[in-house]
Amino acid sequence: MSAHDLSVGAELPTRTFGPLTRTDFVRYQGASGDFNPIHHDEEFARSAGFETVFSVGMLQAGLLATYCTDVLGAANIRRFKVQFREQVWPGDRLTAYGRVTRVYEADEEPRVDLEITMTRENGGVAIKGEATFATDELGTDA
Amino acid sequence: MVNKDMVGRVGPKFDMVVERGKVREFARATGSDNADYLDDSEAVSPPTFLTTVAFWQPPEAGDLYRQLDIDLRRLLHGEQEFVFLREPPRAGTVLHAQTIVEEIYEKEGKRGGVMAFVVMRTDFTDDDGAVVAQSRSTAIETGARS
Repeated sequence: MSAHDLSVGAELPTRTFGPLTRTDFVRYQGASGDFNPIHHDEEFARSAGFETVFSVGMLQAGLLATYCTDVLGAANIRRFKVQFREQVWPGDRLTAYGRVTRVYEADEEPRVDLEITMTRENGGVAIKGEATFATDELGTDA
Repeated sequence: MVNKDMVGRVGPKFDMVVERGKVREFARATGSDNADYLDDSEAVSPPTFLTTVAFWQPPEAGDLYRQLDIDLRRLLHGEQEFVFLREPPRAGTVLHAQTIVEEIYEKEGKRGGVMAFVVMRTDFTDDDGAVVAQSRSTAIETGARS
């Protein structure tokens, strides 16, 4: 954690997930309890007007959460918020990115806010959001 | 049309047990091989893990959602937020949960029609009644096609 530069504007190293498979969708649905058939039932997805099944927004959110907790520590997360934008399809590769936007102290611990995004290969934003982490030491305010 | 009289209505109180095997399953399903989730006997739960609250909701919890009268064919998941007062709950913890309809607001859709935003908040408290985590989910009912 202190190995990373956590001053305002510091960027986390990007990380790529995927290509996502239908099996990834099903595994996430089983783990989460969201069994909306639009994410695994081909016939159902077509009848709803889609070409095929598409990923669960919360799977992308979970991958993005994995990305930032691997860098900043699983027990350090204090807030995680995402907006769902573009749909994610089988075969998509996703790139996670994070950037420090604020360094401060709250509830008697040093914290950082990050802007976080998950981008598709075509550049489209699948999800974007914000995360807050407690840090071991205060970063330097740029 | 979403029933705006539902603001402030609460669902039933129920318990959710944070289980180690479930934490492991969820971590793996979200691309993680982090030992903090997989190997610790009191593993911390991942940031979006509280979405598995669905497994613990009693059947009557669905009434709150049904009474909102959201048109399911026009339903989108717009936003999701998790807030932790300290570290996320660890395996072995029993959480007491309750959901409230926090806010309903409308916006003019870009393609015409009115979009309704429904914000549902679930509070997770410990045995002393202190809130340890909150989940906030924003559902969007897109505008009806004219």
